[in-house]
Amino acid sequence: MPAVRTVEAMMLGKLDWSAIPFGQPIPLIAGAVVLVAILAVLIWVVVKGHLPYLWHEWITSVDHKRIGVMYILLASVMLLRGGSDAIMMRIQQAVAYQSQGYLPPEHYNQIFSAHGTIMIFFTAMPFVIGLMNLVVPLQLGVRDVAFPTLNSVGFWLTATGALLVNISLVVGEFARTGWLAFPPLSELSYSPGVGVDYYAWSLQISGVGTLVAGINLVTTVLKLRTKGMNYLRMPMFCWTTLASNLLIVAAFPILTATLAMLLLDRYLGFHFFTNEAGGNVMMFMNLIWAWGHPEVYILVLPAFGIFSEVVSTFSGKALFGYRSMVLATMAICVISFMVWLHHFFTMGAGPDVNAIFGIASMIIAVPTGVKIYNWLFTMYGGRIRFATPMLWAVGFMVTFIIGGLTGVLVAVPPADFMLHNSMFLVAHFHNVIIGGVLFGAFAGFEYWFPKAFGFRLDERWGKRAFWFTFTGFYVTFVPLYVAGMLGMTRRLQHYEVAAWRPWMIVAAFGMAVLTIGVICQIMQLVVSIRNREALRDRTGDPWDGRSLEWATSSPPPVFNFAFHPDVRGEDAYWDMKVAAQQQSLDHTAPEYHDIEMPKNSPTGFVCAFFATIMGFALIWHIWWMVILGGIGAIATFVVFAWRDHDEYVIPAAEVARIDRINLEERRGLVSMAGMI
Amino acid sequence: MSMTATVGRAHADPHHIGLVVEHPGPAPKRTVTAYGFWVFLLSDIVMFSCFFAAYAVLADQTAGGPKGSEIFEQRNVAIETVCLLLSSFTCGMASIAADVRNRFWFYLGMAVTCVLGLIFLAIEFREFADLVSRGYGPSRSAFLTSFFSLVGCHGLHVSAGILWLLTMMAQVFAKGFRADVLRRMMCFALFWHALDIVWVGVFSVVYLLGSGV
Amino acid sequence: MSDQTHMPVEHDLAPGEEEQHSVGERITGYVVGLALALLLTATSFFIAGTNLVWQPSIPVALIVLAIAQMGVHLVFFLHITTGPDNTNNVLALAFGLMVVFLVVGGTVWIMGHLNQNMPPMDQIMQMRQ
Repeated sequence: MPAVRTVEAMMLGKLDWSAIPFGQPIPLIAGAVVLVAILAVLIWVVVKGHLPYLWHEWITSVDHKRIGVMYILLASVMLLRGGSDAIMMRIQQAVAYQSQGYLPPEHYNQIFSAHGTIMIFFTAMPFVIGLMNLVVPLQLGVRDVAFPTLNSVGFWLTATGALLVNISLVVGEFARTGWLAFPPLSELSYSPGVGVDYYAWSLQISGVGTLVAGINLVTTVLKLRTKGMNYLRMPMFCWTTLASNLLIVAAFPILTATLAMLLLDRYLGFHFFTNEAGGNVMMFMNLIWAWGHPEVYILVLPAFGIFSEVVSTFSGKALFGYRSMVLATMAICVISFMVWLHHFFTMGAGPDVNAIFGIASMIIAVPTGVKIYNWLFTMYGGRIRFATPMLWAVGFMVTFIIGGLTGVLVAVPPADFMLHNSMFLVAHFHNVIIGGVLFGAFAGFEYWFPKAFGFRLDERWGKRAFWFTFTGFYVTFVPLYVAGMLGMTRRLQHYEVAAWRPWMIVAAFGMAVLTIGVICQIMQLVVSIRNREALRDRTGDPWDGRSLEWATSSPPPVFNFAFHPDVRGEDAYWDMKVAAQQQSLDHTAPEYHDIEMPKNSPTGFVCAFFATIMGFALIWHIWWMVILGGIGAIATFVVFAWRDHDEYVIPAAEVARIDRINLEERRGLVSMAGMI
Repeated sequence: MSMTATVGRAHADPHHIGLVVEHPGPAPKRTVTAYGFWVFLLSDIVMFSCFFAAYAVLADQTAGGPKGSEIFEQRNVAIETVCLLLSSFTCGMASIAADVRNRFWFYLGMAVTCVLGLIFLAIEFREFADLVSRGYGPSRSAFLTSFFSLVGCHGLHVSAGILWLLTMMAQVFAKGFRADVLRRMMCFALFWHALDIVWVGVFSVVYLLGSGV
Repeated sequence: MSDQTHMPVEHDLAPGEEEQHSVGERITGYVVGLALALLLTATSFFIAGTNLVWQPSIPVALIVLAIAQMGVHLVFFLHITTGPDNTNNVLALAFGLMVVFLVVGGTVWIMGHLNQNMPPMDQIMQMRQ
């Protein structure tokens, strides 16, 4: 018998049948439903013969637009998963007054950990990275990002991370430690299960993907701008992309290092954060927040960029205070690295350290305030059109100011001592992340959807989605502020204080309203796809836009632009439209050239396949599989490096054909613009 | 796109700066690749900085185990340092050889770099094995934890560098000095030099400053 | 565009790339770099082990020497210059160094204060004895 067991241990590591939660109906049913759904989709794809199309056009695609769309798809699916967790938590807290509710503690703890992890790493991050991928090369007037194949690798590694987190639903368990897995709770002695390992390895793998995306976009913005696109002519979204990705490049290695230390503690008995042998728990807080604070700006800066584009387009005016906006963005980029201690004021660094970081935290509100005023002045005197993206932008401004003000409040150390780890804090960061990042993501989604797919989204359902989400947000989170003021701490599985209960019930009701908002969003997509012919955008410029992404057709050809556009000022495309009106179009036929584009490559997908195997094997201590996965991943890269032809040529005639269609549509638009 | 040829004057220069330096357009691929790798290196150095910070915080947490001055052998460290320095030099020679497409000097430069790197790794491995065998492994104390992680992380980078180096030699052998191979060679040289810079930090902070503790 | 003066500019150099030099000049650069680096390394090792200098100055001296040597590597091996074609590379480097400085400096500062105000468990035990 012992011999059999050793062989089993060698083959399967810690994995056995007890890993499947047969006794817990909720994850089991949820997992089964998801599994059936995935299988059904797979069978449908194979039976309908879509597999070759998916493989050639999407999975192996290195086109930044396709990869951007896949990022956003991943984010949307994960939003539903993280949202289900949120619904479960709100219901639990509404019913768990003087009772255990319906979720046992060990399950409830997994849910709030998974909710945070998924929403930040696999919803917010992929959503903004997807939008940046989709839009930035178009705005810069170039044909692709700097490293197209690596871009695909980055996406698929992010997807690997998301996959591992979701596998934990049915095989084993997820962390019960909160979304940042603070030691000593996350150390082996207190969390002996595989939950923390799932957490750490999925973040390590997706972290590599994020780093790759960051390097790619920094290089794209700094080195691949079209002719005449000087720094101070870049659209605001490109600036915020630059700032956000500089933060990714500088901050994500800190996360990688910190999680590596935690993993070394857990796997090899190191003593970074243990209670024994001189380990220092507080160093984990210190390092993880040195990543964590820049992270919130990584998320919100692209949202700021989206709002800048949206506000300026729908006000029909150039962005007010462009240069101050650039300065504010870069100031935030730098100062965001100087405030991380405000996440652990209460942990005893003392008054002088707390004071300095408190002041720095208040200072960072200044450039943010500059931005708010710039948006307001852009709207002032403009011809404002309240299309759905603009609604999200205005909703953001109101909501984000409230979230920002409560943020400044907790940046005051004495106040933070009262509010630390309370529901007030929970309300604050949801206030800025939902009101800032999620509203921004939705605004960008509505705004650039026509560019990506060639038809607009249904406005009626879009507005319904906005109003339900907006109202639902306030009904859910204002009660949490109050509960926090009443002394309710976060992450409570049940409670005994009668005064909190009504607020929890209101919050649960708000969650229902939010859910309707999400359903409206899904309805909007369904209705728009069904009416796509009526909503078709033939001009490539459905919003009367100002930057270069609107200068090409919707959806853009694979090469984006037949010529690198020549830019002579801010708002490049607006200038072109004005010029075209004043001077009438130049009708001489341009001379087209062959265009070289990067070839599709399965590198990303294959690499992620091996990374998934390796991650899973590491979590379950299946060492032979770790080695297999590692060798596979390295071999993939060597094979990739060995290929001889990485580009293909689109002949000039084909470029000419595609571009002429676009030009014809556009002439129609220019003559119409004359009437406005 | 004929419209792009003529551009309006109305909004062309709203701030009337007068002097406008026109951006020349997308950079050549060599610059783009090397710059991307440069950014990666900076991120890598930020990662190292976390291990440096951890070492600084945990260096005196010996938990009754040995102190730095009791286990560091300066002679070994000096040999390691000289190995890495010389390998940085030979790596530079190999890059020059690649630029002028001289196979002999390229192979020679890379081979010497490889040998020096392997000597470095062998000394480091022996140091680690010796410490572990004396019971001073990384789980002995927080100080040893941070020491093994920081130095080991650098060692892992050197190992990866050697694998990359061998791949580069094989690529030049199979593909010649093609543009993409030269771009990779350039990135490799950046990587190897950067590792040397990290090592300067390691021997100064860990071994020399640590011996004083 | 009558009111504007257009200045044509060259592309930036790639990081690590040298301006046009002959092979001989390039080798000389590496030799000088190697010599300086070896000299600084030797000084570091000498200072760390000697009793000839004032002891409290040794840590500072070691750090200064390390930074100097990193500078030598950057200039002679990585060919970082102050030229306009290197601006982008230097800016990226400066940003990276700022983050390194903030992370290491901030951590040491914060953890120093934390340890002083809330000493680790074993130190409390020692104090009680």
